[in-house]
Amino acid sequence: MTTHLKESNHKNEMTEQMTMIQAINDGMRIMLEEDDRTIILGEDIGKNGGVFRATEGLQEKFGDDRVVDTPLSEAGIIGTSIGLAVNGFRPVVEIQFLGFIYPAYEQIMTHVSRIRTRSMSHFTVPMVIRAPYGAGIRAPEIHSDSTEILFTHMPGIKVVCPSSPYDAKGLLIAAMEDPDPVLVLETMRNYRSKREDVPVGKYTVEIGKGKIVREGADVTLIAWGAMVTIAEKAAEQAAQQGISCEIIDLRTLYPIDRDILSQSVQKTTRAVIIHEAHNTGGLGNDIISIINDTSFLYLRAPVERVTGFDVPVPFFSLEEHYLPTPARVLEGIEKVVHF
Amino acid sequence: MELDYPIKKIIDDKGFFIDSTYEKQINEKLVKEFYFNMMRIRTFDRKAINLQRQGRLGTYAPFEGQEASQVGSALALGSNDWIFPTYRDHGATLTYGADMVRAFLYWNGRVEGCVPPEGKKIFPPAVPIATQLPHAAGAAWAEKRKGTQNAAIAYFGDGATSEGDFHEGLNFASVFKVPVVFFNQNNGYAISLPIEKQMNSATIAQKSVAYDMPGIRIDGNDCFVVYFETKKAFDYARSGNGPTLIEAVTWRTGAHTTADDPSKYRSNEQGMNIVDPLSRLEMFMKNYGYWDEQWINEVNKKITNEIESAVDEMERFPAPNVDDIFDHVYAEMPAHLAEQKKTYLTHLRGTAK
Repeated sequence: MTTHLKESNHKNEMTEQMTMIQAINDGMRIMLEEDDRTIILGEDIGKNGGVFRATEGLQEKFGDDRVVDTPLSEAGIIGTSIGLAVNGFRPVVEIQFLGFIYPAYEQIMTHVSRIRTRSMSHFTVPMVIRAPYGAGIRAPEIHSDSTEILFTHMPGIKVVCPSSPYDAKGLLIAAMEDPDPVLVLETMRNYRSKREDVPVGKYTVEIGKGKIVREGADVTLIAWGAMVTIAEKAAEQAAQQGISCEIIDLRTLYPIDRDILSQSVQKTTRAVIIHEAHNTGGLGNDIISIINDTSFLYLRAPVERVTGFDVPVPFFSLEEHYLPTPARVLEGIEKVVHF
Repeated sequence: MELDYPIKKIIDDKGFFIDSTYEKQINEKLVKEFYFNMMRIRTFDRKAINLQRQGRLGTYAPFEGQEASQVGSALALGSNDWIFPTYRDHGATLTYGADMVRAFLYWNGRVEGCVPPEGKKIFPPAVPIATQLPHAAGAAWAEKRKGTQNAAIAYFGDGATSEGDFHEGLNFASVFKVPVVFFNQNNGYAISLPIEKQMNSATIAQKSVAYDMPGIRIDGNDCFVVYFETKKAFDYARSGNGPTLIEAVTWRTGAHTTADDPSKYRSNEQGMNIVDPLSRLEMFMKNYGYWDEQWINEVNKKITNEIESAVDEMERFPAPNVDDIFDHVYAEMPAHLAEQKKTYLTHLRGTAK
């Protein structure tokens, strides 16, 4: 954890205990103060402070023309934000749930990610899209999707997925300063699950860099978002059997940190990928390809994946059966160790 | 509803004033500007079709019949306004100041064709339908927030009004009262689908009622009414009143693109009663003493020369650079993409041996 401040471009000794949602709020507050071009848009983000309260207090502080309650219109929000972005503003858009982003998919796929290319960098879209994602909080149906792959298969946009308060603030600020569009996937399960020391000032976490959250020698567990905690629990159980797990929190889903994957897998010689997205076409497949390209001859076992099933995310009474559990991850670990 | 939105005209089909209040505002300079620009884009359009037939351009979307709509509206813009065209609006963008060589390049599969001249706020053409309406609303919103007097115009066709983004764009623009003009060219057909199968409403202009914004239906083949009504909408927008929806009723004389055959879905007789906008302007010029044979010949020669030299320049344009497909995806190229580029360029060099 001491590596944290090394990643920061602005060392600030002052820290505060924050949840992830507070850290996200703090990141937006800092950028609203620092950069007049910042404009926050979304549904119910003003007086209501957003359905998860990520924007709480911001409209009061910065006014309703900088923290804008928009009509209920995802394509309209992203579409108008493109116009704002190419004309000098830096929109930060909240999509209420990733499962509701699909009306805006055309705007993101065809325009947000492509305008730089189509105009040979004459027009650019420095936009941030924040979207809570994932299952495990007993939300109503359609609120629990984990469809990151729809956006990692989209050249022109970056996708980040913090799992901790520190990373959430640092990656959000990095996204807001990025010259290109960034989708920030926020795992709802971690919004309030833990507090940690977060610098009160401005700092960034570099986009495109994973993080070793647990060092180990026998197996590399690769996870992001809520699955990092699942991996940690599985690693604890594996340790009781004398299996030492290293855990990579990928943090950025596009572009993927290939170096951290290859270095860790070449050391441990085994890998288990954990994601809550569906198995087929999941990001795990890309990670396997990277391991294949970089570390094939180091492997002592085929790479294992522990993922959500190829079914629509179920209603919450059964969501625990959809999501990877520490027990399922442990089975994956045992499989690669005893191969 | 149709009665509430009569088609407004300034000149009739024979080129005579219907509304003489405009007589004072229409002078020789303006008339000649219309003629020049309409003839210029028609010649461009026909040239593009010919080049496509000869295999010197890719698939092309012609706009013949819509010259009055495109020129009339584009001439109403200020030099700092934004323009969000579709693929069928090169007539409008050329009139506004787009580079003709680049317009040809666009249709020749060259991304350079999307890059506007410096200082001209011309967005790359929208290819999916209606997605540009929210963009225009957003760019106009930014102008409003900066406190400028600049506005934006979004071009779109009749088919676009069936898309969600049409409604989302109009709704946003009206809620935030942004300075944007939604300029619809109702040319009768969306590829093969006639307007009566596209919508249940008698007009497109009436859709403005839902957003409580002004809606006006005009004769899209009367360059004067297009010009003055678009100007009025821009004045309204610049004064802080918000958006306007304009329905310019016109006719797509030709095919949807050079890849389709309209005889499959409409008869040759359809549209026969519609007077071509350039013929109508010619009649007007003759009726009111603006027709100057010598000037016409000079202008036509000038246009031909410009187009020939633009085609020449397009064909002599430096060959496409494979680096470009990698270099404009991100401000800073991610490592894996740099690796893909390097590997491919090495491969190319290898096979070139």
